[in-house]
Amino acid sequence: MTVSSDCRPRGAPRPTFGLVGALLVVALVASACQSSAPGAYQYKWYILFDSIFHPDGLIINGIWLTVSIAVVSQIIGVVLGILAALARLSSRAIPRWIASIYIWLFRGTPLLVQISFIFYGLGVTKIYAWPDFVLNGTLIVSGAVQAGICALGVNEGAYMAEIVRAGIISIDPGQAEAAKSLGMTYGQTMRRIILPQAARVIVPPLGNEFNNMLKNTSLLVVIAVTELYVTFSNKNGSGSTSFHPLELFLAAAFWYLVLTTIWGFIQAWIERRLGQGMGPGNDRITARQRLLGFRFGEKVE
Amino acid sequence: MTEAIGHDLLAVIGGPATPAAGRIVEARGVHKWFGRNEVLKGVDLAVEKGETVVIIGPSGSGKTTFLRCINHLEKVQQGRIMVNGQLIGYREEAGGKLREDSERNIARQRREIGMVFQRFNLFPHKTAIDNIVEAPIQVRGEKPDAAREVGQALLARVGLAHKADAYPNQLSGGQQQRVAICRALAMKPALMLFDEPTSALDPEMIGEVLEVMKELAREGMTMIVVSHEMGFAREVADRVVMMDEGLIVEEGPPAQVFSAAKSERTKSFLSKIL
Repeated sequence: MTVSSDCRPRGAPRPTFGLVGALLVVALVASACQSSAPGAYQYKWYILFDSIFHPDGLIINGIWLTVSIAVVSQIIGVVLGILAALARLSSRAIPRWIASIYIWLFRGTPLLVQISFIFYGLGVTKIYAWPDFVLNGTLIVSGAVQAGICALGVNEGAYMAEIVRAGIISIDPGQAEAAKSLGMTYGQTMRRIILPQAARVIVPPLGNEFNNMLKNTSLLVVIAVTELYVTFSNKNGSGSTSFHPLELFLAAAFWYLVLTTIWGFIQAWIERRLGQGMGPGNDRITARQRLLGFRFGEKVE
Repeated sequence: MTEAIGHDLLAVIGGPATPAAGRIVEARGVHKWFGRNEVLKGVDLAVEKGETVVIIGPSGSGKTTFLRCINHLEKVQQGRIMVNGQLIGYREEAGGKLREDSERNIARQRREIGMVFQRFNLFPHKTAIDNIVEAPIQVRGEKPDAAREVGQALLARVGLAHKADAYPNQLSGGQQQRVAICRALAMKPALMLFDEPTSALDPEMIGEVLEVMKELAREGMTMIVVSHEMGFAREVADRVVMMDEGLIVEEGPPAQVFSAAKSERTKSFLSKIL
């Protein structure tokens, strides 16, 4: 096999080597800086290793919160995105306007501003106070988490709308005509014929979106949701691990990388499944290819 | 390698889902504009039950557009089309004004009208058998097992029993078009529309598709076929209709149209292609 699906420019460093290299450089610089001079930074590498190999309850909770917020927000985003895309493609003017204004607003303003506005802006004015969801005296979902999911989901919907719309218009109009000619309604045509085919076009960018979503949850720091980033930030702020940002944030980066890597495998699996019946080439995306941009054992000219 | 085309295609589906008799299609004064361009300038056509009508004519004559109006894939701006006694695509309001019908009602009317496209338009994410049973299950609410049985029998009749689980991209053009015909038939239509069904095929595959269409015609399916296949028209058509510039310029039995055309335009068109 000399044909390569790799699109890196010739001579550019391979992504894995880049990553390993960066970690090596950090380690080297760190050890070179090790000094006994008074006031010098005292490395406590066990903080990094403990955070990775023996994560405490706070870290586990942070991971859980990050993943669950990201998943729920992404689902909301996909649903809103499909609705907004269908509205934008509608033959009626009013749904088209509403969708366009929604997309314009939420893509045109920073996510950080949206999060603060939705939690503090609506909360302080009592427009919506974001009450905690409590069941039998146990806190199930805090108001801040609800607000965070709402902000991330609504913001994501605006981006997904354009991705879904692109997916739908990429399908040959003959498909909708064939479905209609068989007596299928608009809803059946979309659900059974158009969207399943558009999914093939939608899933790769959707994967990028979810990858971003996993990391964007860290913006919820502004409304004090104790997800992964805030967990490590808190550890850096107080207690026995106080002011060890290098070890702590390296550990935070590690956990984010674990999450996005697992997602990469899941995405590759989904893409393989969606490739069914779509001809050769589409069913051979491996996770490594998706994550790193190339496949091992592949000859690069 | 041509598989045998079997008989009794219509016996498999057991006749149209809705009883059809007498005049199946009646189009009167059909006008259609694309922007300022008038593509249909008052088309009148009646098709009786069991008839096979082949529409011929130069490209741009409006024959495909007219065919697409019959199941309301195109809107009509003036005139009306009745299929099996029902006004297609529109409701008549007080005072005789026509208003486009609801999407749901139009979908209901389309169930009874099968259509076969030039480019097959099979659903690429579904296997041959799943293409065929999709609408019977989703639209008619048939039981999956019963629908599959009918679908499998149809595939067998067009010589594709062994391809039931193949995806469209694993089939040749001729095989895809035969599956597409089965897909339309599985809805038990009262009328079949064929929009240049062999134009996108390699020459060696045209025969196998025409064979299925001939069989359907023989068994008494009501069919309107837009085609350049003059051999098919001569052999199978009950009537040949010649369209030019948005109008029907001649119609009659194939023998008359092909050998004793009255209109000059028909004569010159036929002389170019025969």
